[in-house]
This record gives sequence, structure tokens and C-alpha cells, in this order.
Amino acid sequence: MYRDQIIDLYENPLNFGSLEPSDFTYEEDNPLCGDVIRIYVRVDDDNRIADVRWSGVGCAISQASASLLTEDIKGKTLDEIKAYSKEDLLELLGIQLSMTRIKCALLSLKVLKAGVYGMPDPQELRK
Amino acid sequence: MMMLDAKVIRNDFPILLKEVHRDKQLVYLDSAATSQKPQAVIEAMNGYYRNYNSNVHRGIHRLSEEATTAYEGARERIANFINAPDPACVIFVRNTTEALNLIAYSWGRRNIGAGDEILLTEMEHHSNIVPWQLLAEEKGAVVRYVPFTEAGLLDLPKFHEYLTERTKLVSFASMSNVFGTINPSKEIVKATHDIGALAVIDGAQSVPHLPVDVQDFDCDFLAFSGHKMCGPTGVGVLYGKRALLEEMPPFLGGGDMIRRVQLDGSTWNDLPWKFEAGTPGIAEGIGLGAAVDYLSNIGMGAIHAYEQFITGYALEALSEVKGIRVLGPGAAQKGGVAAFTIDGVHPHDISQLLDEDGVAIRAGHHCAMPLHQKLSIPASARASFYLYTTTEDIDRLVTGLNRVRKVFRLD
Ligand SMILES: Cc1ncc(COP(=O)(O)O)c(C=O)c1O
Repeated sequence: MYRDQIIDLYENPLNFGSLEPSDFTYEEDNPLCGDVIRIYVRVDDDNRIADVRWSGVGCAISQASASLLTEDIKGKTLDEIKAYSKEDLLELLGIQLSMTRIKCALLSLKVLKAGVYGMPDPQELRK
Repeated sequence: MMMLDAKVIRNDFPILLKEVHRDKQLVYLDSAATSQKPQAVIEAMNGYYRNYNSNVHRGIHRLSEEATTAYEGARERIANFINAPDPACVIFVRNTTEALNLIAYSWGRRNIGAGDEILLTEMEHHSNIVPWQLLAEEKGAVVRYVPFTEAGLLDLPKFHEYLTERTKLVSFASMSNVFGTINPSKEIVKATHDIGALAVIDGAQSVPHLPVDVQDFDCDFLAFSGHKMCGPTGVGVLYGKRALLEEMPPFLGGGDMIRRVQLDGSTWNDLPWKFEAGTPGIAEGIGLGAAVDYLSNIGMGAIHAYEQFITGYALEALSEVKGIRVLGPGAAQKGGVAAFTIDGVHPHDISQLLDEDGVAIRAGHHCAMPLHQKLSIPASARASFYLYTTTEDIDRLVTGLNRVRKVFRLD
């Protein structure tokens, strides 16, 4: 399960950081394992993803998946993101995951989709 | 006393002789979550289903008599195991969680009011937090938490400070499921009684691992689960002092718990059945009886002594792993639990990689989020031990952890 690429991404994540300002940002955690991921997105005039960053902490699987996802969605339209499936992301990861680990792998996608669908940022709500 | 031989004990547990991954024998280090079951327990449960399966307390026929005798016999042996003065004080429930909820619901709703305080500790399992939070919310009561020290021990001066005339109930784990800390139950109960409050012990971790004597502790209630002490899932125990149980209203209503039902009201059955509505887990109760027989034969003193040895061995061996931080006190104040973190690797990844080596540990917050929040860590890995844990198991764990470090390029 721990292919070299996964460990590479864990050590050197892609698109890690923040975007200020961003067009939308969203964060969610998986309290069961303590993974947290926040994604920041900038959208251009054609509704395409112009730039994306993420930050967070968690296991190698959740972190590698966030790197791969953010890399994959650059240039995609928001409608394409809405159609982006779990299978698409699991295929990118390319490893066999047990039931309990699939949640880790899909956290980044869940966060991205919530952002695209305009969910209010939980951090803002907490304020 | 001769130390028990875990290598011999292992032969009593069919699952421990099994291979999980190809040629690797299972190293089971997750007994704090649930223990393995000896053949004797499996046989006792099978024996019920094969030979005398029938409902208890209801039938005037041979099988039902036999089942009732076995089920009530189990209750008596369990009462002896914790030195309860009377089997009527031993109520069968599903698990520790249900036992604690029963107290909160039945005793709590009658006796807790606005402004009253319920005192817990920061090292509690969620099962010993949430029922009290629900009760406090309903009644306008306050839940307070005794902190733990840097060493993972209960802050006893703070405990005494928090204990006031507003405190109505103190509920605490006599052994922590993360730190492994063995708390001074007698001292806590005594101080609690001195101010006129009730003391509840969450014995989910202590009853399986230490000699527990409810009359010596003098606790008002004790809750524990069968599945962590070589027994089956689905059965646990609430022990309570008789006078308290007599006063308390029933928890669930239905069959078995009534004396007489009339359309305009009902009267309750005697203890312990007042709290046992509906058909219970009969095989499970009988299985738990077999489990306490098994543990008693070996002796809880011997089990505790062995666990102190194996925990000391484990802490020593783990300290050789680079970047490791073991949570909680040293072996002398601890039961068979070693929760730890390794810098640079998430506990889930540790657990997953160990699994590839056939080593089962637990990763996460172990239902103790407040404890982890206080330590500012999202999660930890936890290896936990029992009477069948061998030094070879610990060695395999350490080898596995060193491999984790390699995979994560930490060396
Ligand atoms: C200290 C403690 N309390 C309560 C529980 C809850 O036990 P159960 O899930 O069997 O109700 C556990 C076990 O997970 C525990 O370790």
C-alpha cells in the first residue's frame, strides 16, 4: 500500500500552502483519525480552476490523496469537479485500500466538493 | 507465586494459533479493545446452543430449567469474582456503556438537579463522559473534569479541590484505556463518600486485568464488559449496592422485569431482574461465567503480576525505537497498555504497516478525544497486552516499528 510515490508525496506534498485571497475555501476533519484538510481555490473567468492549494495534517494516505487531487483538477471547470467521482481519485492513488482507509483517501475530495457546492466555511461559522 | 507462562496460555486461545498473512502468526496487541476468547468460553456458548438452548425464567420444561440454572449460576460466579455480597447486585447488561447509561438514566434522573456537579476525569473513555453530559444537559447540572498530570497520573490535589458539597457523583475509570494508569480507587471512593456523594467505577479495563473487590473499594457502582475479559461481546455487568438498586426506577420496561402488569400500571420484579427487560443474551451470560472461571483458575493476582512484567518488558523495548513517545506513567503505575506516537508517522500508517507484518494494534483516539486534545495530538497508536502476550509478540512489534521507520525514510 505504501508505494514509493505515496511516501514521496507525504514528504514533499504538491500544492501545499494557502491562497489569499481565494474564491472559496473549505475545511473538514475526520475526527476518528484526526485527519484535517483545507483546500483553497481560485477560479478564472471561464469557471475553471486557476489555482489550488491545500493544507492539513493526517496520515500518508490522506495527504498523498490531497496532493494528487489538487494536481489533477487544475484547469478543470467547476462542473467537471462536480462530476469528479470517488473512483477517479482512487484510481489516481492506485493502491488497494481497506474499508477503514478509504475515508482517509476521500477526505480531500469531500472537502473540495463541499467548497464547490458553496458550503459555508465551518471556520467562518465558528466565529 | 510462579509466574504464569504465556506460551502455554496461548494454546487455550484458538485464534492465536492462526496465521493472518501467509506465514506470519498473529501478534494480537489489541486486547484493550477486545480480548481473545479461550476455548472454554467458546465451548460453553456452543454447549448452550447445542444442548439446552431455550429461554430463561419462563418455561416449565427441562431445557428452560437447565438454561436458567446455567445463566443464574454464571451470575453467582461473576458476583464472587468481584466479591459482590449478593448475586442480586449483579445486573446483566450489554456492556460497560450500557451499564453507565443505566446509572445516569435511572439513578441520575431521580437524584441530579440544577447546579449539582458530576465529577469525572480528563482521562475518561467517551462511555463515561457522554451519558453524564446528556444527564447534565437535561437537568441543568454541571460536569467537571479532574485533570491529569504530565506523567499521566490523576491530579489528586485537584481532585480533592474539585470535590465540594455541590458534587453529587464521581465517576472514574480505575484503569485508563490510553495511559494504562491504575487510579487509586479506594482513596477516590473514600473521599467521595466523605462529602456524601456516590462513587461509580468504570471497570472496563481494570476488571479484566486486576483483582477487583467491590466491598474493599466500597464503590456504589461498578461497570464492566465481558468482551474485554475473555468473555463474549454483548454482555456486561452493572454491580450496584443493593439499597441503591432497590430505590432506583427501572431502566427499560418489558418482559422479565415486572412482577405484575395491569392495564392501569405495573409493579417491578425483584433485583436483579428489575433491570433486565426482555430476553437477555443467555449464551453470552453463560460465556461470561466460563470466562470468570477461566480467569479465576489462573488467578487475577498472577495475571496482574504477569502483565506488570510484560508491560515493563514492552516499555523497555519500545524505548529503543527512535522518535517514539510512550504516553502515560511508567510500568509500576500502569496496566498492560502502551499508547505511543512516532514523530513523522501518523498512527494509522503505523497500524497499517504493522498489519502487513501480522501485528494488530489500534490507532486513533481510542474513544478518549479529550485526553488526546489535552496532549495536542490528533491520535495515538496503542499496543495492549493480556495474559497471552509473549515477549516474542513485543519483539515482533518492535521489529515492525523499525520497519515503519524505514518505509517512512526516517532513518
Ligand atoms: C475505560 C473504558 N470504559 C468504557 C469502555 C466501553 O466499553 P464497551 O464498548 O464494552 O461498552 C471501554 C472500552 O472501550 C473502556 O476502555
